[in-house]
Amino acid sequence: MTGQPLLEVDRVSRRFGGVTALNDVSLTVPEGRIVGVIGPNGAGKTTVFNVITGAYPPSAGTVRFAGRPLVKLPSHRIARAGIARTFQNLRLFPSMTVLEHLIVAQQKAGALSSLLPVRLGDRKSLQTAEEVLAFFGLEEHRNRLASELPYGLQRKVEMARALSMRPRLLLLDEPVAGMTHEETAEVAALLRRLTATGVALLLIEHDMTFVMGLCEHLYVLDFGQLIAQGTPEEVRNNPAVLDAYLGAEA
Amino acid sequence: MISTYTAALLADIGILGLGALSVYVILSTGQLSLGNAAFMGIGAYASSVLTVSYGLPITLALVLAAVLTGLIGVVVGFPALRLKGIYLAMATLGFGEMVRSFFLNLPYTGGSAGFHGMTHVSVGYIWAWTAGLVLLVFLLESSRFWLKLRAVHDDEAAASLLGLDVTALKVGAFGVGAAIAAVAGGLFAHHHVYIEPGNFGFERSIELVIAVILGGSTVAPGALVGAAIVVLLPEHLRFLSQWRLAAFGTLLIVVLLTRRQGLLDRPLLRWLTPWARA
Repeated sequence: MTGQPLLEVDRVSRRFGGVTALNDVSLTVPEGRIVGVIGPNGAGKTTVFNVITGAYPPSAGTVRFAGRPLVKLPSHRIARAGIARTFQNLRLFPSMTVLEHLIVAQQKAGALSSLLPVRLGDRKSLQTAEEVLAFFGLEEHRNRLASELPYGLQRKVEMARALSMRPRLLLLDEPVAGMTHEETAEVAALLRRLTATGVALLLIEHDMTFVMGLCEHLYVLDFGQLIAQGTPEEVRNNPAVLDAYLGAEA
Repeated sequence: MISTYTAALLADIGILGLGALSVYVILSTGQLSLGNAAFMGIGAYASSVLTVSYGLPITLALVLAAVLTGLIGVVVGFPALRLKGIYLAMATLGFGEMVRSFFLNLPYTGGSAGFHGMTHVSVGYIWAWTAGLVLLVFLLESSRFWLKLRAVHDDEAAASLLGLDVTALKVGAFGVGAAIAAVAGGLFAHHHVYIEPGNFGFERSIELVIAVILGGSTVAPGALVGAAIVVLLPEHLRFLSQWRLAAFGTLLIVVLLTRRQGLLDRPLLRWLTPWARA
């Protein structure tokens, strides 16, 4: 792969009691690229995200972001460093409208203006939120409670909220799960436009057409082990992958 | 001029409204405190000692008492981080009883005999504080900062992954809530010109929470609406004589069943303040 590594997961293991969820996993995400993590259920994909975002520390190994070690930093510091994520099971704020989700995520906007009424003294945040709304085509839903929207739209709101943080790396946990074919194609197009703005993506997904079409590089996990990596083409033809994962579906 | 009776009711509403606001601020981060009467008590005793024993002007005494109590609130806020829901409620309740018995056994402030010698403050002075602080919180509610508190209230893990320092926000809310309660307590002391530890017991803490629940637990002005109901309704239910508390309890249950967020909520407040709409 080309490009400076933005995220480097180096020989990370994570054990829960006697269970080894991740064993010696290494992966890198270069600046501005789309990288995918695939594997059967329970392979440890979400565990990778949880270790990166500081939900729990790795049992062994290191995580570096833009050259800085992340291990042992609290979640909010990792987020402020420039890593945003979405969740497999949506975690929107039940009391907030779509627009409010996009405003609250703007951690980097001014500290003083954060104390003023948004419509009077914090117009920059409002403007950024409007831009993100437009990017995701959510304008008409701005004042609705996000939790009352249809599922596909809620997924978009989660992505929009994460993007409002102006991250350098966005972790997407099954971004198109439960979406229709049209919605999936739309999200793929959105994500491509997103990387054009310089954001790197690391995504977990079961939808093979989506992953193969979108990612430049793939890592395959099985039982917490990295069993293959490479371009979608290389991974598709790797016998170990066919055996462990794709073979089961074919 | 308003009658003494009306003035007394208005003063009660103002003081209770501020106390309820202190509960509301802490509740905004998802923390239920059943110990805010203790913060009121600390503010009441601290400000009274400052005006009576040290001769400070009332406003300065209230500000100093608020700062002191706010710091105590921050200290209380740290262990509160480890507790949620009913466990936090029980712990704050314990803190409240601890503070009450502290003042009961403190000879310096009169112990069970209470403390007096304060100069009476007017209803207007009380309401200047109440209106000022409610307005301040009300304006703050439309800021990005307040959305952060609501994010913590809604989902702490998701909030921290947005880069929000959940610890600082929760502890800070405790500090600010305690400071507001201290002002309410100081005003109580200088309105009644006599205080005793029993004024700041468990019942008072519950009264503050009931005002928030009835008036509206999602918007700051709800605290005032709730305070008005808690003070005025028993007065207007006098014809029921000894049944009036039962009637009040029934109302509380009805509100909880039919309108859990309280009388005033965000949609209603938006409808009432058309000039603030986008």
